[in-house]
Amino acid sequence: MRLVGVRGVSKVFANGVEALANVSLEVQAGEFLSVLGPSGCGKSTLLRLIAGLAEPTTGTIDWSDDSGRADLGFVFQEPTLMPWATALANVALPLKLRGMAKSEREARAAEALDNVGLKGFERVWPRELSGGMKMRVSLARALVVQPRLLLMDEPFAALDEITRHRLNDDLLELWQASGVTIVFVTHSVFESVFLSQRIVVMSARPGRVSAELAVTTPYPRSTAFRTSAEYAAWCRQASSRLGEAMAA
Amino acid sequence: MTGAKVIAPIVLGVLMLALWEGIVRAAGIEPYILPGPILVAKTLVADWGTLEPSLLVTVRITLEALAAAVAIGGLLAILFSLSRWIELSLFPYAIILQVTPIVAIAPLIIVWANNVELSLLICAWLVAFFPILSNTILGLRSVDPNLLDLFRLYGAGRWRTLVDLRLPAALPYFLGGLRISGGLALIGAVVAEFVAGTGGNASGLAWRILESGYQLKIPRMFAALVLISATGIVIYLLLTWLSHLLLRRWHESALPES
Repeated sequence: MRLVGVRGVSKVFANGVEALANVSLEVQAGEFLSVLGPSGCGKSTLLRLIAGLAEPTTGTIDWSDDSGRADLGFVFQEPTLMPWATALANVALPLKLRGMAKSEREARAAEALDNVGLKGFERVWPRELSGGMKMRVSLARALVVQPRLLLMDEPFAALDEITRHRLNDDLLELWQASGVTIVFVTHSVFESVFLSQRIVVMSARPGRVSAELAVTTPYPRSTAFRTSAEYAAWCRQASSRLGEAMAA
Repeated sequence: MTGAKVIAPIVLGVLMLALWEGIVRAAGIEPYILPGPILVAKTLVADWGTLEPSLLVTVRITLEALAAAVAIGGLLAILFSLSRWIELSLFPYAIILQVTPIVAIAPLIIVWANNVELSLLICAWLVAFFPILSNTILGLRSVDPNLLDLFRLYGAGRWRTLVDLRLPAALPYFLGGLRISGGLALIGAVVAEFVAGTGGNASGLAWRILESGYQLKIPRMFAALVLISATGIVIYLLLTWLSHLLLRRWHESALPES
């Protein structure tokens, strides 16, 4: 079932830069979709358009029903936490903005923190957390509204490899447990192959969809998958598609 | 290290005072040219009856001006952040007020206000409000654009965004402005009184300095000067402490050095 469709979308910024040219793609409900492309290919712009944070110059974003857009989670490249608020208050923010009562939103936020492995960190301030933990708080904040669609904009790009791998594992677990649809933007071939069912490869300046690749390896994907020949083969395929996209 | 930070300036201060006293005594300088620190301290105690009411007047005007600067500077900054048009129309005038020397407009204000204390208050406020205004504006704008997007994503209106995002983000900037304004309010209050140049029952420390000058009571002049400096230091320390109290849990500026 289709959750949201991007149809012939172009985006030209006020300064004349053409970020996206005639991009079309479908996001199926419940899937894990990666958007893979070099930096400057308009991946982030695409996410912002889907989120409704920017309007396409031409084309449309079609939701299968009206409640879709209201049910979003967004994880940015940086943790983007409010430094003046505790982890719990940061996670509870979306609920607060929607007018939920304090006791209820704090209970839900505590649960969301627990789900990302940060039980007991409710009263901790962002500056006391490591980069990976901050990203977990950010993830909890996106998931606390129980979104149907989770948009992630290179969320783990700034983390070290060990932390990134662990977060990838946990993200897959959360995805499988919650049934949320994920659109994951990344410039890492390895990350996109490990995580997703489907990879949309984009070319740069202006960004357009140049290839699509279905990664058919079943879940759960364990650490063993990361070192398997199968994984390497997928990575090779994705890599060559990305190479073609960049050469085009 | 903490001990040295306190002891070093105190030792230097005591040495300088001793040197000053020594020179005054050795050279036999008359008190109406340069009184020694001991004489100044004695005068401070002896003239406390005249100096204390003046100190209270100066402190009162300073604090009232600072409060007005916080209220009006802060409100204007919020108004500017909410409406680009209000900012475009008003900000140039705020700058004009800021760059015009207070000594130059004080006589006008004194004529118009027709009340010494009110005119002193207006002058002190004029000097003090700009750092709060400009710093708070800067702070209200220095918001993480991703956080702004997040607020939009979850349907927060302008008011919610102001209260839950812009104001907390602006707090460190506001407090920085407040510390500058605290000192400026005192300077404004003193300078304006010099320009007013009138005594009366409600005269502040600046008038005591002028009066002591006319009467060649130089030790009293120094005593009044000491009180003005002490007031400035106390205001600065209080505002620094307030800033630390509000920011210590989250802002980089208040973190202990590691």
